[in-house]
Amino acid sequence: MMEAQLLQFLQSQLGTQWSLIEPVWPLLWSLMKIVAILAPVVAAVAYLPYFERKVIAYMHVRIGPNRVGPAGLLQPIADALKLVFKEIIVPTQASKVLYVLGPIMALAPALIAWAVIPFDAGLVLADIDAGVLYLLAVSSLGVYGIIISGWASNSKYAFMGAMRATAQMVSYEVSMGMALIVVLMISNTLNLSEIVAGQGRGMFAEMGIGILSWNWLPLLPMFFVFLVSGVAETNRSPFDVVEGESEIVAGHMVEYSGMAFALFFLAEYANMILVSAAVSILFLGGWLSPVGFLPDGIWWLIAKISVLLFLFLWLRATFPRYRYDQIMRLGWKVFLPLCFVWIIVVAIWMLTPFNIWQ
Amino acid sequence: MEFKTLVFYVLAAMLLLSALRVITAKNPVHAVLFLVLAFFSAGSLWLLLQAEFLALVLLMVYVGAVMVLFLFVVMMLDIDVARLRHRFWSYLPLGAVIGLLIAVQMALVLGGNYFSADALPGHSMPADYSNTKELARLLISEYYYPFELASVVLLVGIIAAVMLTLRARKDTKYQQPHEQVAVRREDRIRMVSMAAEKEQPSGTETPAEKQGGQ
Repeated sequence: MMEAQLLQFLQSQLGTQWSLIEPVWPLLWSLMKIVAILAPVVAAVAYLPYFERKVIAYMHVRIGPNRVGPAGLLQPIADALKLVFKEIIVPTQASKVLYVLGPIMALAPALIAWAVIPFDAGLVLADIDAGVLYLLAVSSLGVYGIIISGWASNSKYAFMGAMRATAQMVSYEVSMGMALIVVLMISNTLNLSEIVAGQGRGMFAEMGIGILSWNWLPLLPMFFVFLVSGVAETNRSPFDVVEGESEIVAGHMVEYSGMAFALFFLAEYANMILVSAAVSILFLGGWLSPVGFLPDGIWWLIAKISVLLFLFLWLRATFPRYRYDQIMRLGWKVFLPLCFVWIIVVAIWMLTPFNIWQ
Repeated sequence: MEFKTLVFYVLAAMLLLSALRVITAKNPVHAVLFLVLAFFSAGSLWLLLQAEFLALVLLMVYVGAVMVLFLFVVMMLDIDVARLRHRFWSYLPLGAVIGLLIAVQMALVLGGNYFSADALPGHSMPADYSNTKELARLLISEYYYPFELASVVLLVGIIAAVMLTLRARKDTKYQQPHEQVAVRREDRIRMVSMAAEKEQPSGTETPAEKQGGQ
């Protein structure tokens, strides 16, 4: 509808010049939609580190960044400017093409995954049938950025970081996928918009307390597994052995400087926002309102993502780093069996008369 | 030329080039990465055929998991590239014969009665057609036993791989996380109940008292 209005407006304004634009209009329109989604995401990615520093500072009873601009609000811009003007150093004997490709491969999957994220009913860039699969497939590509940069840096620390990242991300992807299978079972669809719409139906939703009909309650163990796996998947504290600044300095990004380093930084925060969005959509009802008397809308999704992002920062300020063998044990020996058991429990539940997902 | 055809030729060229680079790349890690690109192009070609489920699963399983572990292993191997390249071209006759056989097989299959253009159903699917659902329906109903059999074969493979690498060394010391987690306070410390002050034996004076007396 918006497209039709815009088309009419453009045609009336440009007159004869319109015929020049017409052949490339679908491309232009897609680009405009992509920018409309990515600009807020990138802005959020830029301000998330500031938010993180502030939150952790207050948890430490400090003030945090407060020098650049009012309340330190221009700090991200100052940091970005500093990083842009720094020299990018390529180590000797580094595999140059892959060295440059690494940061790009880390950031790109985190951004292209936004194509299938529905922000509101019908407000989605690509409403594809297999949205969940796309999300899973694209997010599994993020590990390539880390492993390529770790290998191409020709450094022991970077290589060890890449090894740790590979093992950890592959392990937690398994439990993440298993948790997702349970969601798919009860939603009976692979389309993310329909998964959200499905959470708005049910006994509690009709009573006006929709928050109780979202997936997090009947699938509470899977919600927990998905959330913790999401933290592990983004290599955030307490699962940040990949960076492990006390052991391997900064892992895969130890040799990077300037904007190349900044890309890794952006990728990490973009992934955090993406995982928060995925959890909000799959388990917390996406854009649905928690109570009946308030209208649904995109602000609910933003609020849910913000709360989950705060949880990420809270975890970082609270927990010490996991030991490596404990990370592997949690993924393979705790989460995976739990997922298998819950798949069977839900499958049996769906066959009984108590099935709540008709 | 239709836009879709153009996309097909670009993807097909990428697929062929990257497949060629897999065997000609000097560095094994580069070769693995070209294999990833080949998988990616193949997945995109499947997307063009409207087989989005297969394309995304290819991406998820092969690119997202199998090739990552493959890369992991290849990066850690200490490969002598010079020895690997030794007599590279002497494999050409054997490779050519195998390639020719594959080409003949494909010609037989694709040119036969089953897969020729008029034997296949048309592409006029309804708008709400989901090939994920159709695939699942077929796998669970018609091909249920072969499907289960394939999963059992995979399970055998997993168990075999685990058994091959399972070597219990007697001198290895390792932690027992469940014991560590299950530790209670009582296992590590003992609370002894005793009086806060201890009565001094009579007749002796402590230095502090002496000082206080002076």
